[in-house]
Amino acid sequence: MEYISLSYSSLVIAVLFILSAMAISSKYRLGLEKDLAVGSVRAFVQLTAIGYVLQFMFVSGRWYYVVMMLVIMFVAAVKNAVARQSVKLGGMFTTLGISIFVGSSLTIAIVIGVILRIEPWYSPRYLIPLSGTILGNSMTGAALALNRLRADITHRKPEVEAALALGATSGQAIMPMTRDALKTAMLPSISSLMVVGIVHLPGMMAGQIIAGAFPVDAVKYQLMVVYMIAAAVAITSMMVVYLATSLFFTPDHMLKTEALRSNS
Amino acid sequence: MAKIEFLNVTKTRSIDGQMHNVLGDVSVAVQEGTILAIGGPSGAGKSTMLRLINRLESVTSGRILLDGVDIATVDPIELRRKVGMVFQLPSLFPLTVQENLVYGPKLRGVEPSSLETKVREILGMVDLADLSPERMAGELSVGQQQRVAIARTLMNEPEVLLMDEPTSALDPTTAKSILELVCDIRSKYGMTVLFVSHSLEHSRLVGDRFLLIVDGKVIEESDIEAFFGGPSTELGRKFLAGELR
Repeated sequence: MEYISLSYSSLVIAVLFILSAMAISSKYRLGLEKDLAVGSVRAFVQLTAIGYVLQFMFVSGRWYYVVMMLVIMFVAAVKNAVARQSVKLGGMFTTLGISIFVGSSLTIAIVIGVILRIEPWYSPRYLIPLSGTILGNSMTGAALALNRLRADITHRKPEVEAALALGATSGQAIMPMTRDALKTAMLPSISSLMVVGIVHLPGMMAGQIIAGAFPVDAVKYQLMVVYMIAAAVAITSMMVVYLATSLFFTPDHMLKTEALRSNS
Repeated sequence: MAKIEFLNVTKTRSIDGQMHNVLGDVSVAVQEGTILAIGGPSGAGKSTMLRLINRLESVTSGRILLDGVDIATVDPIELRRKVGMVFQLPSLFPLTVQENLVYGPKLRGVEPSSLETKVREILGMVDLADLSPERMAGELSVGQQQRVAIARTLMNEPEVLLMDEPTSALDPTTAKSILELVCDIRSKYGMTVLFVSHSLEHSRLVGDRFLLIVDGKVIEESDIEAFFGGPSTELGRKFLAGELR
């Protein structure tokens, strides 16, 4: 099988896709033309830049470049998860940061050290794309879990206070909301497990096949990826709901009403 | 049964970015076994008093004593089991009546199956002897739900019962039956009750003593009939005349 390398001139033709999307936006007066144009340029610049960065890392073979890249990706993921919160509270960056770090690093360590047994462990060809996939999904799970938990505690405040008044700890008082937040965070990755291979061929698998891998090999990778995503999201969102208790309650199990008041 | 004392209690809260005194230097004592009706205009700080006793909120300064012990030194979980609270809305959990009732004891590690007799007894106490404990709480009328909420609090065998406008969401007949229930509970268990209400009639029906709060300050604290017979302050007279709302 021969891999067809894409030239920039061929890529220009692909811009027609964006132009057609802009035409649809214009016809229906969606006002998305500018966003599409900016998005396309950003995607071009960001992906081109990362392409060169990755190429540099592959050539240099230095572990600290890889770690630096991972740190940048991690910080971006946490910032994005914070930005997705409908209400910003002090301590959210730490809560989401610890959760995403624990969920992602545990999973990636097992994938790199136990399943793939990559030598050296920092091989950017594996570590960067796998970490990116895990971080992206952990980020989404963490953001969903925290948003849902805060919204539920706000809406069900009387129920939470009734439980506290009966002698529940803060963790016990919000247990029903915690369960709902975990489900909200985990359902997308479970849905994806259900339809993968039927409704869509995931990006990594498609990429491997295009790059010349045998489909069965690509499938094995993809299976590992969807399983690790499910685990990373579960661990991350569990950490979020556990740590988030201190965002909403004092150590004396009092609701921080100011954390809920800023909801509007 | 327990005695409650407020010693120079102040509670400030941030409202629209500015600090306000919700309660200012409140000192009052509630003798054990007494029903203290607390009245005052909206936003006077009545509900805050109850929330402070239950430590759903903390005092800014001053102390609250329960049987002579500063509640700030007591584990809040233990305190809340001793000091039961009933809210304006029943706030039942979306579970069965039985599950709502055993919620408190279960938190203390009591096996729910050992509580069947007690559940029956407490349901009888709140005039719901005929109600199946397997019914979902959400299916009940608001009046029944409020009774279940009171029953749920009684399952913890509290020494103090805090009632935050428990009748305000009810029709007059149901409200009256809840007031009778409060008097029955005090007679049977002898507990100290703090009863916040907007209704002067309800306060008079249920209370032994009356506490009037306006703008976070204690204006009067007296025998209930003495207050309704003739308040000793100008604000008290205005409140009774319906001029303070």
